[in-house]
Amino acid sequence: MCNPNLGLIPFPARIIHITENTADTKTFRVVGEDEKKPFAHMPGQCAMLSLPGVGEAMFSISSASTNEEFYEFSIKRVGKLTSELHTLQVDSPITLRGAYGRPFPVNDVLIGQDLLFIAGGIGLAPLRSVIRYVFDNRDKYGAVDIVYGARSSADLVFLEEIQNEWTARPNTRVHLTIDREEEGWSGNVGFVPTYIKQLSFNPSKIALICGPPVMIKYSLATLIEMGFEKTQVYTTLEMRMKCGIGKCGRCNIGHKYACIDGPVFRCDEIDELPEEY
Amino acid sequence: MQSPVYTCSLDNVTQLINRIAEKMPVYGDFGSSKTTLSPKGFFLPALEKLYETAKINDSYKITPAPPENAPFVLLGIRACDAAAIEILDGVYLNDPIDPQYKARRHASYIVTFACETMGANCFCQSVNINPAAPKGDVKAWVKNGTFFWLAQSEKGERLTELLLDLLERTIPAGNDLLPVEPPDSAPALPLPADMLSAFNAPVWDNLHRACIACGTCTFLCPTCQCYDISSHECTENSEKTHCTRQWDACLYPGFTQMAHGNPRPSKKERFRQRFMHKLVYHMQKYGTSACVGCGRCVNKCPVNMNIVKVAHVLAQEEVNAYV
Ligand SMILES: Cc1cc2nc3c(=O)[nH]c(=O)nc-3n(C[C@H](O)[C@H](O)[C@H](O)COP(=O)(O)OP(=O)(O)OC[C@H]3O[C@@H](n4cnc5c(N)ncnc54)[C@H](O)[C@@H]3O)c2cc1C
Ligand code: SF4
Ligand code: FES
Repeated sequence: MCNPNLGLIPFPARIIHITENTADTKTFRVVGEDEKKPFAHMPGQCAMLSLPGVGEAMFSISSASTNEEFYEFSIKRVGKLTSELHTLQVDSPITLRGAYGRPFPVNDVLIGQDLLFIAGGIGLAPLRSVIRYVFDNRDKYGAVDIVYGARSSADLVFLEEIQNEWTARPNTRVHLTIDREEEGWSGNVGFVPTYIKQLSFNPSKIALICGPPVMIKYSLATLIEMGFEKTQVYTTLEMRMKCGIGKCGRCNIGHKYACIDGPVFRCDEIDELPEEY
Repeated sequence: MQSPVYTCSLDNVTQLINRIAEKMPVYGDFGSSKTTLSPKGFFLPALEKLYETAKINDSYKITPAPPENAPFVLLGIRACDAAAIEILDGVYLNDPIDPQYKARRHASYIVTFACETMGANCFCQSVNINPAAPKGDVKAWVKNGTFFWLAQSEKGERLTELLLDLLERTIPAGNDLLPVEPPDSAPALPLPADMLSAFNAPVWDNLHRACIACGTCTFLCPTCQCYDISSHECTENSEKTHCTRQWDACLYPGFTQMAHGNPRPSKKERFRQRFMHKLVYHMQKYGTSACVGCGRCVNKCPVNMNIVKVAHVLAQEEVNAYV
């Protein structure tokens, strides 16, 4: 359920580090005023990040909740606020409120399971918080497979981290794919759903999918073909959000609110909702 | 324990109001009909400041707007609007509680007034509300030239205490308890039983056409509670900003517009959202429909579209689906 202390008043915060991931995506490391994290969170949860005078928007916390030093947000430049955020330097002040939403069920359903992560583009951001959480609690989970795709190798967010760190983790396989051939690319070429079919996963796993709506749709269809049940597949729904606490009405889908009942949904739960996301 | 019923003559009602007004601001009166605007603005203003920020030494100092907790009285609230306030309470006083709403709500005394007749386009009885028996901290009514006053909550009793020397305690005869027999009860507003079939009903393709998406209905509606949040630079001082919250409407395209597209791309989906929310989604989540039958949207819609029509067309659609 929704944390009763959540409100609309933010905490002052500060950017302490910026990584340029791709031409349009940067990862910002953020801390609260006393260099600490002002609120706790779980993998898959989001926070409202704002530049006073410019605007406020919801972003997935892409770092693990086990990280006690800072939050990370991986932000794609798409409009007014995100463009302004991309001009900021280290030490710039911002404001932050959260954590919002229902997280991935890392402490119950996922325990002891083999996990299949499927991500497209910036969709890796929310899954990264789960992946890093799993790495930090490695013995609690089974085998990890990560299928990640983007338009080109330059659009793969966290590529360095994946190649240097993730592939070296025990019992972990990373499968990268890009849409078109590229010189020097040794990974797969093709769309994510097609690649999943080629890789042919055992349908006993729990799958977590994040990315553009079409990618989610076709990846889910492919998993069902392979024998997965919808109850084994989790995804996130992105709706426009203002309050994050189920009041402003903006993220309403049927009788649910994506900001408190989601953004993480099990795929069979989505079937019960009007198709309007 | 049930509070006693008090009366006074109609000539003394002004005195009652003046007495209360010595203690706190009083809004409204025991007028002949409900107000044009609903009372929701007393709890959720059309525009309010949430907090200010000041940039000091390269860091933001955040000052929340102080809670508005000065007591005030709303007089003459009708049964529909009293029911609407309960619906708003369900949203804003449930976890996480909205502190601004809560402060104003706790500071308010609601004195309701029973309706003797149904106004033009009123249909509260069709949504199971008795216009002669409004809720509220105090319920007032007029019968045979006498003004009746009955506290229905602890707050109502506090208000009554201010007036004891102006009121007379009575033991009303049974038929004095209601101003009039409730007007003939109207047939119930049909509510779709199945969310997905109502959502997918083909009638939406045509129903929305007349709507010009002006948003009048949402701003007049006593239960429409959606809001927008925005941040503004102060014109006098660029280091200061204020963050405001204001009413918004699901009928506007910007409501759900996102960088990668809009889940409600056309007027059809936005129109459908408003009525599905009122008639179906709210029912599914809270167990009551979000329409209290006040009829404001019916009175004021510039193209004569309304929730009663929509509900009946949808119901007809449901019937057609089974024959
Ligand atoms: C749960 C959740 C998690 C998210 N996680 C991430 C994440 O991890 N990383 C990430 O990069 N993004 C994430 N997002 C998306 C992010 O919130 C948006 O990219 C962000 O809000 C864009 O803000 P902006 O001010 O830059 O864009 P805006 O300037 O607000 O808008 C972008 C586009 O929307 C349209 N638009 C906006 N307002 C209006 C209007 N009023 N009328 C008409 N059109 C309008 C315009 O076409 C504009 O180009 C997430 C969103 C949600 C809901
Ligand atoms: S939908 Fe119309 S009739 Fe129903 S409560 Fe709102 S304004 Fe009144
Ligand atoms: S963001 Fe306001 S209700 Fe979900």
